[in-house]
Amino acid sequence: MTDTPLNMVEADQTLVTRLRAWWSGETANPAKRVQFDRPLTPWLFLLPQLAVVVIFFYWPSLQAVTSSFYLEDPFGFGATFVGLENYTDALNSSEYLGTAAFTAFFCVVVTTLALSIGLLLAVKGDKVIRGAEGYKTLLISVYAIAPPVAGLIGMMFFDMHMGPLTELAAWFGYDLKVGINYWDTATALIVIAVWKQIPYNFIFFLSGLQSVPVSVREAALIDAQSGWRRFWDITLPLLAPTAFFLLVINITYTMFDTFPIIDVIVKDKPANNPMTLVYKVYLDGFKGNDIGGSSAQSVILMGVVALLTVLQFRFLERRVHYG
Amino acid sequence: MFKTTGVAIGSMLLASTAFAATDITWWHGMGGRNGEVINEISQQFNAAQDQCHLTPISKGTYEEALSSGIAAFRSGEQPNILQVFDAGAATIIAAKGATIAAEDLITGAGEEFNRDNFIAGVRNFYADSDGKFIGMPFNSSAPILYFNKAAFEKAGVQPPKTWEEFEEVAPKLKEAGYLPMTASQLTWMMVENFKSRNNQQFATNNNGYDSAQGTEIIVNDENQVMMFEKLKAWADEGLYGFYGAGWADNLKPFEEGEAAMWIGSSGSFGGLQKSADFDFGAVFMPYWDSIEGAGTQSFIGGAALFAMAGKPEEQNTCTARFFSFLTSPETQVYWHKNTGYVPITEAAYEMAKGEGYYDEQPVAEVGIQQLMLPGGEWSKGYRLGFYPQIRTVMEREFNRIFSGETEVKAAFDTIQSEGNALLARFAKTAN
Repeated sequence: MTDTPLNMVEADQTLVTRLRAWWSGETANPAKRVQFDRPLTPWLFLLPQLAVVVIFFYWPSLQAVTSSFYLEDPFGFGATFVGLENYTDALNSSEYLGTAAFTAFFCVVVTTLALSIGLLLAVKGDKVIRGAEGYKTLLISVYAIAPPVAGLIGMMFFDMHMGPLTELAAWFGYDLKVGINYWDTATALIVIAVWKQIPYNFIFFLSGLQSVPVSVREAALIDAQSGWRRFWDITLPLLAPTAFFLLVINITYTMFDTFPIIDVIVKDKPANNPMTLVYKVYLDGFKGNDIGGSSAQSVILMGVVALLTVLQFRFLERRVHYG
Repeated sequence: MFKTTGVAIGSMLLASTAFAATDITWWHGMGGRNGEVINEISQQFNAAQDQCHLTPISKGTYEEALSSGIAAFRSGEQPNILQVFDAGAATIIAAKGATIAAEDLITGAGEEFNRDNFIAGVRNFYADSDGKFIGMPFNSSAPILYFNKAAFEKAGVQPPKTWEEFEEVAPKLKEAGYLPMTASQLTWMMVENFKSRNNQQFATNNNGYDSAQGTEIIVNDENQVMMFEKLKAWADEGLYGFYGAGWADNLKPFEEGEAAMWIGSSGSFGGLQKSADFDFGAVFMPYWDSIEGAGTQSFIGGAALFAMAGKPEEQNTCTARFFSFLTSPETQVYWHKNTGYVPITEAAYEMAKGEGYYDEQPVAEVGIQQLMLPGGEWSKGYRLGFYPQIRTVMEREFNRIFSGETEVKAAFDTIQSEGNALLARFAKTAN
């Protein structure tokens, strides 16, 4: 019963006085807000960022969703509402499902390899004392290569007429045919994509390792003789936030940023070569001029990415210890 | 009275200063030397008169030029002239209202136009079913068979005219240490121009010209399947080399002197002169003697220019003038000599011949002669929607055929069904 008077005071304030208080920046709990004395000021500062997000993300996304329900002639003369037909067409096409399966496979393999090799190099690189800077610079430098250039370099290595890796395979009696054989091309794509991403993971793992306190390491040294044991019990859990961040980044990388590599390797002519879902969206939309079908595919892709992100944050982040 | 004064002032302004020149733009998909020649031709046009000023802009590849043009049209920013390649023709022609038929544009501007001035093989491909020019044929090419002269001398054989002759000479070339043949872009060479050279129907509805509604592709027929079964057998015997869907990958063995023959574009002539350091010749693309009525002209490849709709009258007049300028014999011969594409008018061909160009460069004449061969019922052209995607399906299946993942007949059944699904989708978009 003692709290009744307080409620009475609240109720005494009319809407106008409350609005006035809000406008002038007075609130019931002044301790919590210190930065802005006008309620619109923060929004004003947010405006440029929000405008960018709305114009370059929400608006096109909305357009994609709308046009995914239509079958449209490329020049925009007639659009026929077809409901979910674009979606069912895509999901019933064995080619689309094949591409989806490859994308999933590609994602798992590239992420696993890029993360584990990056981690291995970081752990080993962290221990190097003599010439450490040299090693690190060499390992990191690959990251400065733009993806299309990486694709181009990779293509030269795998070229079916003069590529050194093709010749190496021929040495072992294997006829490597990147561009003709599905799995040969897949291998080339994976190698290039992983190679390109290792330095990024290396940088983050290395800085993660360096932030593990020396005292903890020394204490661990007393407790466990085995380096593997110390890595597994101490270092890895402390690296978990970095690893989680990198996992998200690597999955996005394989799904989206490998586009230029694929484009260079398949030379604009996919034929039966493997490709990712994003590349297929581009092909059907920009080369095939099938706007409805391409939009439906990109909406599906958006859904998949949203789902993946939610899953990652729900199930993986819980296990991450942020120290 | 007022009107006539206005016109008089207008024409005075136009005639008096270059300052008042009407600007028109031309988006194209050509790079390298061909792109430079486009710039040169535009400069020649600008220098030849002062009412119009043309600016050519390269938009990358053919496909990129088409999709940029489409995106620009949708936002009202289209160029006056857009270059569209053979496979994209159906897309732009089906969108009635996106373009002004080249023939209407030219006659509407009071310029002269006569279909019969164009060489036979060029007349129909970008025209409607009545023969009216929708697109203005520009860079036209034909698939021809290039051969390494030294290889043929060494093997003691003659270049083949038919595939039957190929089967006779190829083993001898192989014995002489050569890979007998490679070919770039099998979709163009071994499907589209298999149809034209052998006078085979490619699609229902008069190869798609009559209507997009209900048009179905015809590719899993006996003859088409036979062509690829032969190719597969030749590949297995080492008589033919398949290097995927990329153009350059299939050209390389010929450039390096490993392959004795290469089927490529007549427009490759200019580039080949620089990249191949051996003596080469060219003959018509082979056909099957066993198919009745074969040996007809090929479809023109390359691209055409389309006048985009929604532009002011005076700009359209300039576009029409440029089209007339482009088809003049002088411009055509300049283009022909500098790029290797064929001249599109009879007059230009006669002019190049009169200048003795073909005595110096006999290879440059092969493409145009092939386009001037007698036409057949099915060698005029094809009009198929979403065709770039159908080509993609074909390329996928061809790779599967040559890597042994599928049988030829099964592959063409797949192309047939996926192709028809795409055509049906396109028919729904066509207004």
